[in-house]
Amino acid sequence: MFNYIIKRIGIAIPTLLILVAVSFYLMHAAPGGPFTSERPLPAQVLANIEAKYGLDQPIWHQMTNYLWGVITEFDFGPSYKYHDRTVNEIIAQGFPITLKYGFWSFIVAVGVGIPLGAIAAIRKNTWIDYLAVGVSIGAQVLPNFVMAPLLIIVFTLWLDWLPGGGWNGGSWEYLVMPVIALSTSYMASIARITRSSMLEVLNTNYIRTARSKGLPTKVIFFRHVLKPSLLPVISYLGPAFVGLITGSVIIDMYFSTGGMGYFFVNSAFNRDYSVMMGITIVVGGLTILFSLIADLLYAWVDPKIRY
Amino acid sequence: MNYLPKSLAVGFVLASFASASVLAAATHPVTGEILADDQTFTYSLLDEFSSADPQIVEDVSGADIVRDLFEGLMNQDADGNLVPGVATGFTTNDAKDVYTFTLRDNAMWSDGNPVTAHDFVYSWRRLADPATASPYSWFAEIMAIENVGAVLSGDASPETLGVTALDNHTLEVRLTASLPYFAAMTTHSSTFPSPEWVVRTSGNDWTKPENIVSNGAYILTEHIPNERSVRERNTLYWNNDATILDKVIGLVINDENTDLTRYLANELDKGTVPSGQYIRLKEDYPNQATSFPRLCNYYMTFNMSPSGPEAFKDVRVRHALAYAIDRSVITEKILQAGQINAFTFTPGATAGFDVPSVAFGRMTQDERNAKAVELLNEAGYGPSNPLKFEYLYNTSEGHKKIAIAAQQMWKETLGVEATLANQEWKTFLKTRGGQGFELARGAWCGDYNEASTFLDLLTTPSGYNDGKYSNAEVDQLMLDARTMSDASGNYTRIEEILANEMPVIPIYHYAGVFMLKTNVKGWPYNNVEQNVYSRNLYKIAK
Repeated sequence: MFNYIIKRIGIAIPTLLILVAVSFYLMHAAPGGPFTSERPLPAQVLANIEAKYGLDQPIWHQMTNYLWGVITEFDFGPSYKYHDRTVNEIIAQGFPITLKYGFWSFIVAVGVGIPLGAIAAIRKNTWIDYLAVGVSIGAQVLPNFVMAPLLIIVFTLWLDWLPGGGWNGGSWEYLVMPVIALSTSYMASIARITRSSMLEVLNTNYIRTARSKGLPTKVIFFRHVLKPSLLPVISYLGPAFVGLITGSVIIDMYFSTGGMGYFFVNSAFNRDYSVMMGITIVVGGLTILFSLIADLLYAWVDPKIRY
Repeated sequence: MNYLPKSLAVGFVLASFASASVLAAATHPVTGEILADDQTFTYSLLDEFSSADPQIVEDVSGADIVRDLFEGLMNQDADGNLVPGVATGFTTNDAKDVYTFTLRDNAMWSDGNPVTAHDFVYSWRRLADPATASPYSWFAEIMAIENVGAVLSGDASPETLGVTALDNHTLEVRLTASLPYFAAMTTHSSTFPSPEWVVRTSGNDWTKPENIVSNGAYILTEHIPNERSVRERNTLYWNNDATILDKVIGLVINDENTDLTRYLANELDKGTVPSGQYIRLKEDYPNQATSFPRLCNYYMTFNMSPSGPEAFKDVRVRHALAYAIDRSVITEKILQAGQINAFTFTPGATAGFDVPSVAFGRMTQDERNAKAVELLNEAGYGPSNPLKFEYLYNTSEGHKKIAIAAQQMWKETLGVEATLANQEWKTFLKTRGGQGFELARGAWCGDYNEASTFLDLLTTPSGYNDGKYSNAEVDQLMLDARTMSDASGNYTRIEEILANEMPVIPIYHYAGVFMLKTNVKGWPYNNVEQNVYSRNLYKIAK
């Protein structure tokens, strides 16, 4: 196990480096730069700005300089668009916000999705099953960019229960709508995966054996059904968790949460190279980390899997 | 979450309580209206602003914030007229190339230091200094301050810039050209003072709420990027007694429909009108939906450079395409928010500009269409030999609608086959700037309220002239206009030349639209540049 972890980390570093190199070149290959604007800057002004940010250097030189700063000082550089902020500050401000609503969305998605799927499987072909499947399909097909404005109209404009956006340090009333909008489609997927995998487990021979020897349903469910049915769910949860905590441009856009998602997408349009690189590295690192954690969890749940 | 030290924060709270209690029963000193107890104004920004640093800020919403936090030599009133700011006035020589500003002696920074002429010397040097790398350093160049070119290129030190503090309250500026409108340029945010001692000690962090020191009517007390920024009354501002609004909150709302919903839910005092919804909102909220002319134009530019299509070198083709567009369909059916049909490049709202009655503007659309068919036939295009070209615009639903409408009009009236192409903003700018287009969308908002801010675009040396139109007479008229006390005749003549040569197709002139609660008063509707000073706004009791 320990060797496996070391090996995975060993692969992670070159993977990240390739990610950085590819992103860096792709980014610079896009036409225009951070200071391209409708009012083209006079050559001298542009030259002064590019000299200040080192953008007048050859690309490979810019990249090695950048990487050196990241590795030695953990310095992601200044933002070219938001001049009062460094990339470190943007990430330090945006990531905790994204993490908070992402984490709660994860809890809600898992906390509602798994029981919903389990009930549907146990009460297969009853109205409960139909209702649960109906709800999850409904939740899945309603994209969050439709759901978000709908929630605001209902809870802010009509009912006047919740503020229509903002973050306010993440107090609960600002958290409710982002979490609902973000968690539903994940919740739906989790419910459907849980249901189908549980149905499969319920039809296996060892469950029939358990039933025939007279074990109570409760014991069968918690001791023999639950753990194996969660295997496919866990492999889904790893990437889902990363997706949730690395930010959603939709949530940030509609709820003005100030999270990392909008900064990320916007940085591409603004050609704000350093912000884009910084967030790419953070998201890439987290993706690698959580897929490793998911793999380790997998081994814990399924004794047949050993690394 | 507050970035302020506790003691300071308590101070502000106490200060705002104090002023609130004074204002509780207060009436407006001039109009006598009863003022609301809560003088907090909340509005929305479509995007996070670029900076709160006067010499660095480069976007309109940022400049609005900087205008509240800092005060320059001169200000604008509600009609856009020049009024004293930190300077009580100025004198100039006959040649209008030396300006002397007299600064008031009671202007103070929010830390209690006096505002002096030295602060302006420092800031203007800072604007031109290559080390600052200000995206607006070109503004110092168009102000024609002595030596600015050499300072910008690093050939001379910033100390050689032609701006001197004769004493603490007298500032002398020497120019390399005669600029009759120079004083008006000091209302621009890039000319506002920065506190040298704070910039030196805090470096890039100086504009953070915990460090910032400013001389305007407000101070920045909170700033969470992409969420909100808060500015509160600066009790040390020299004219603080006249300020009514205590607090201004800017919320970043990226989606204009969400913006409107939150406005309707009373979370905002000023909100956005999403495109195409003005008519409906005006019906439902006649006293809140507002539209007024703005200093911006929307046009299509022909590529007249050697890389452009041969067809566009024929003036008859350019005329035909310009005539066949029914502008009323675009303004009344598509945009629906008070936009104005354009037959000239310069908007009629521009100060000192009388819209000339150009020939094609006087015709009916039927006459224009008939003329267009005639001209295109003369040029040799017809059913057997249809004109084909590509129209390029930057990706946006709004531009797409206009492009499709134009494409249909050209097809139905002239049988022209225009294909549409769109590119993401920066890619588009690069393509248009490199003349990689046939016909492209363009739009321009005036930097200042004078026709040259538009017409300069169509001169040969202009860096913004992407269509590469070149006419010696236009260039000369513009050159002469610089030193004339009234250049309106030149501008009218240029518009007539443009109507004859049609290097660009004017489509419409912009209207500004927004939603404003009826209890917010003092909005400067007549200031076409929309330079808003929050200290002139106030809320009346409902």
